[in-house]
Amino acid sequence: MDFVNQLQRKFIDYSSSLHREGIVDDQFTQLRKLEDENSPHFVMEVASLFFEDCEKLINNMAIALEQKQGVDFKQIDECIHQLKGSSSSIGAMRVKNACIAFRSFSDAQNREGCLRCLQQLSHEYSLLKNKLQTLFVVSVASRYLYVCLLMVGRENEHAEPFSDVLVFQLEQQIVAAGGSIPRVH
Amino acid sequence: MGLKLQQSYHHSVTLKVNEQMGTKRGYTFIQANRAWLPKFLLLWVMVMAFLSTWIYKKMDADNKVRRKEVLSSMCDQRARMLQDQFSVSVNHVHALAILVSTFHYYKDPSAIDQETFAEYTARTAFERPLLSGVAYAERVVHSEREKFERQHGWTIKTMKREPSPIRDEYAPVIFSQETVSYIESLDMMSGEEDRENILRARATGKAVLTSPFRLLGSHHLGVVLTFPVYKSKLPPSPTEQERIEATAGYLGGAFDVESLVENLLGQLAGNQAILVNVYDITNSSDHLIMYGHQNQDGDLALLHESKLDFGDPFRKHQMICRYHQKAPTSWTALTTAFLFFVICLLVGYILYGAAIHIVKVEDDFHEMEELKVRAEAADVAKSQFLATVSHEIRTPMNGILGMLALLLDTDLSSTQRDYAQTAQVCGKALITLINEVLDRAKIEAGKLELETVPFDLRSILDDVLSLFSEKSRNKGVELAVFVSDKVPEMVMGDPGRFRQIITNLVGNSVKFTERGHIFVKVHLAENPKPMEGPKAETYLNGGSDEDALVSGARQFKTLSGYEAADERNSWDSLKHLVADEELRYDASVKMKAADEASQSVTLMVSVEDTGIGIPLIAQDRVFMPFMQADSSTSRNYGGTGIGLSITKCLVELMGGHISFISRPQVGSTFSFTTVFGRCKRASFSDTKKPNAEDLPSGFRGLKAVVVDGKPVRAAVTRYHLKRLGMLVEFANSVKIAASACGKNGSSCGSKTQPDIVLVEKDSWLSGEDGGLSLRTLDRQQNGHVLKSPKMILLATNITNAELEKAKAAGFADTTIMKPLRASMVAACLQQVLGTGKKRQPGRGMLNGSSVLGSLLCGKKILVVDDNMVNRRVAAGALKKFGAAVECAESGKAALKLLQLPHSFDACFMDIQMPEMDGFEATRRIRMMESQANEQMNGGTEEGSIRTGEWHIPILAMTADVIHATYDECLKCGMDGYVSKPFEEENLYLAVAKFFKTKPISDS
Repeated sequence: MDFVNQLQRKFIDYSSSLHREGIVDDQFTQLRKLEDENSPHFVMEVASLFFEDCEKLINNMAIALEQKQGVDFKQIDECIHQLKGSSSSIGAMRVKNACIAFRSFSDAQNREGCLRCLQQLSHEYSLLKNKLQTLFVVSVASRYLYVCLLMVGRENEHAEPFSDVLVFQLEQQIVAAGGSIPRVH
Repeated sequence: MGLKLQQSYHHSVTLKVNEQMGTKRGYTFIQANRAWLPKFLLLWVMVMAFLSTWIYKKMDADNKVRRKEVLSSMCDQRARMLQDQFSVSVNHVHALAILVSTFHYYKDPSAIDQETFAEYTARTAFERPLLSGVAYAERVVHSEREKFERQHGWTIKTMKREPSPIRDEYAPVIFSQETVSYIESLDMMSGEEDRENILRARATGKAVLTSPFRLLGSHHLGVVLTFPVYKSKLPPSPTEQERIEATAGYLGGAFDVESLVENLLGQLAGNQAILVNVYDITNSSDHLIMYGHQNQDGDLALLHESKLDFGDPFRKHQMICRYHQKAPTSWTALTTAFLFFVICLLVGYILYGAAIHIVKVEDDFHEMEELKVRAEAADVAKSQFLATVSHEIRTPMNGILGMLALLLDTDLSSTQRDYAQTAQVCGKALITLINEVLDRAKIEAGKLELETVPFDLRSILDDVLSLFSEKSRNKGVELAVFVSDKVPEMVMGDPGRFRQIITNLVGNSVKFTERGHIFVKVHLAENPKPMEGPKAETYLNGGSDEDALVSGARQFKTLSGYEAADERNSWDSLKHLVADEELRYDASVKMKAADEASQSVTLMVSVEDTGIGIPLIAQDRVFMPFMQADSSTSRNYGGTGIGLSITKCLVELMGGHISFISRPQVGSTFSFTTVFGRCKRASFSDTKKPNAEDLPSGFRGLKAVVVDGKPVRAAVTRYHLKRLGMLVEFANSVKIAASACGKNGSSCGSKTQPDIVLVEKDSWLSGEDGGLSLRTLDRQQNGHVLKSPKMILLATNITNAELEKAKAAGFADTTIMKPLRASMVAACLQQVLGTGKKRQPGRGMLNGSSVLGSLLCGKKILVVDDNMVNRRVAAGALKKFGAAVECAESGKAALKLLQLPHSFDACFMDIQMPEMDGFEATRRIRMMESQANEQMNGGTEEGSIRTGEWHIPILAMTADVIHATYDECLKCGMDGYVSKPFEEENLYLAVAKFFKTKPISDS
């Protein structure tokens, strides 16, 4: 179990580093609190929704800004509003801040500023995605390991019998979260 | 970018210039010419000096003209008089000449001799006032001298009284007036002037005057008048020769001009002031003086000449008048001019002073204006700063708190955990402080507005108490609330602020109290003085006096038995209150009618504690912000001392005032009054009562016996039970209760049989035979009736051992932990009596997420948000608390889902959505509901039992928490709002309003 503990600690360290770097804020913590037995992957679910949404919006904005004959700032404003709402919901602080800066430029109809902000935004976004995916991988991995160890070591007599299905599901999640399955066997 | 910058710079510059213009425009004429003011003053003074000089000169000139006029008139008058008199005299002399020629020459012999002449002239002398005397001289040629001398008997003498030398002609005086008799026989031709006169007179035939000379005898200046007397009648136009031939003699008179003029002038007024000279100006180069002194001082500057005509064409005379004194300085003119100057000077100075003052005032005004603008800017900056800073602080603080929460989740050693927990507590305190400072700033800026909504005061008090129940229980402090029955159930006011006040005061009390109790009491402020009438003691056995003696000398009749600072809350007053209410119960209908006539109700709320009290020296600055009793207080207890000042502000905003009584080491009692509007019955039966706590009505009519040694505490317990509609009686001890029950039970059956017996822990423990009698009580009941009273133990805190013991003693049913709340008591009783549904035992009321869970559990909630992520998060958060969540991604979809009838319990609505925003959607939903309600009311009015109306609680979800947004929310029919990243507490507060008591009442 030491190994699992270590992994757990690492997970905590990692998530607090996210806080420290200001990538996520309190809201993210709140979200994580919402996870329980009924919805163990709530955060991940929301996050992947967010990523989809975000990519779509960033794309839209990039296209809109590319338009040579007049940029539709209204559209950009709507996108930014959406993005700001979702980012503050998920607690992605730096993305949110980037949105705020972006918004001021789009209000001023400043194309160069918007482009710069868009760059900044996509940078923040990829940073967030990167970090969160790592986090999820670590989280899922620790869970996975825990389950595996339980199965292998039979450390806890009272543990629920873990089925292979669960292990498979976890493996799937790791892949989904962008990790690869370590061959520990 | 650069262009834009420049533009904005330009813009700001023009703005500034405009501003300056704006201030410039305020300058007046005076202000504009301020540099000229001293010059104006100087000019004014000079002009005025010039003007006054001119005035002086003019007045002086007037004076001089007048003086001259006076002089000339006086002079002329004198001249005329003199001339008149003179001519009168001359005429008379003429007449005399004719007399002489008639009577001396035409009569023969002569009718006149010296005697006759003298007599006649003397008697007619008054006719010739100017003449000193008259004499007649006969013409005697040398040839006739001998004869003449012989005839008269004297020789002709010269003026020097010598015998006359031989001449061609003589003119000796033959007749003379007595006054001049000395000239008789003198030859008039011997005097130079006389001779000339005589020659001229006989040639012209008219009166002739000599030039002035010194007269004989008097030596006064005088002139001699000579008239010729002709022997025969002259032809009509005689030649000179003929005249000389016909001459017979000469009549002469001497004018003593000096004395005569003197006489004359003496008769006239003003002779003192005026100086008169009379001159003979026949020889124009050499004026001969006839009267007056040649060299006289006097006013040489001003003289007047008047011509005199004495009837002799050959001689010319002139009168010159002068003033004796120089013209006196004209004091009037001088004074007038000077006063004029002085007045003008003063006026000028006053104007100058006024102008200077105006300039100064205007300067000050502008300065003040500028300062005011600056101050206002500073004020705005301050509030912005406060808002920003508090926001900026809150954001990192959230990070800190989040990190701390994370940290606490990790594996920590106990020391580390302690540190982290402390840090978390501190952070929370800091957030609270920031909120308080914001509150305070808002109040100071007058931006805090109170709402006026109907609310249930009692339930708010219960809420506040439940907030502190944990803390007080840990400390072993008793916390209780008592609301007088006369306080209306619903009042109009600001429940949030009222709650804040109570929370502040109770929080303070909890902080500073280590033992004893905290007691909140509410009654009408216009409550009459405790009545001295019959005291309705509701004790089953005897009065309270004995009891007090029994329970110990050091016991006070307060809630917990500890001494309190203010005796007003002790049993002595409370029992009057209680008794009063009971007595008046019958009359209450009448009372109520009277009460409801008035629009407002003034409540007196007091919060009593038995804490450390406030030191006497600190008592007068308790309500000052950031002032704590002393620095050691904050060291021991923490806090900033801003709470009480906010409380004071709030109380004053609510139209009341706050005061306190405190005794160090005994406790403090804060009491305040507030004015609430009365809730009209009609209005609040119509509207839903969002704040009201629907207490279950299943306990109505049940009988309870409260066993408590302390009357105040018993009254509090009774208050809560009465709210449930129960009938309550008191018993001092278990024994008494048991015996009473027994008695009742045996005598009259179940009529007065109590359904519930509530025993205070203290009473139970103090009664040495408590357990025993309790059991007997139990058994007795069992023996007599099927239904036994339920035994309930009331305790502030209880140890496990005690709990076991209690169970063993017969309190199998339940234990109610204090502080009491009506709803909690109801829940417990439901459990005990089996009327309630499956509810957790009421001890240790749940709070936090579990409460939220209980509120939201099973509710069907609609979340409307266009943002997928947001929707998912909100749904997740709500699901966590057991709600069934459905989502809609637009206002339209929500409308579709909310078509009536629907089964949703609440709706969370995003505000900013494309197509149809939250406000619009809400408006439409409300419209739908009101239509449905109308139809339903119309249809089912006759036999309807159902009173519920369609009104789904709609809560706005919004990221910005500006108050205006909130107002907008309410305006379009929303019931509240939640700030967007969901926070448990926020969610709880918003949801609690709607679902609070439903788990009990609905189920």
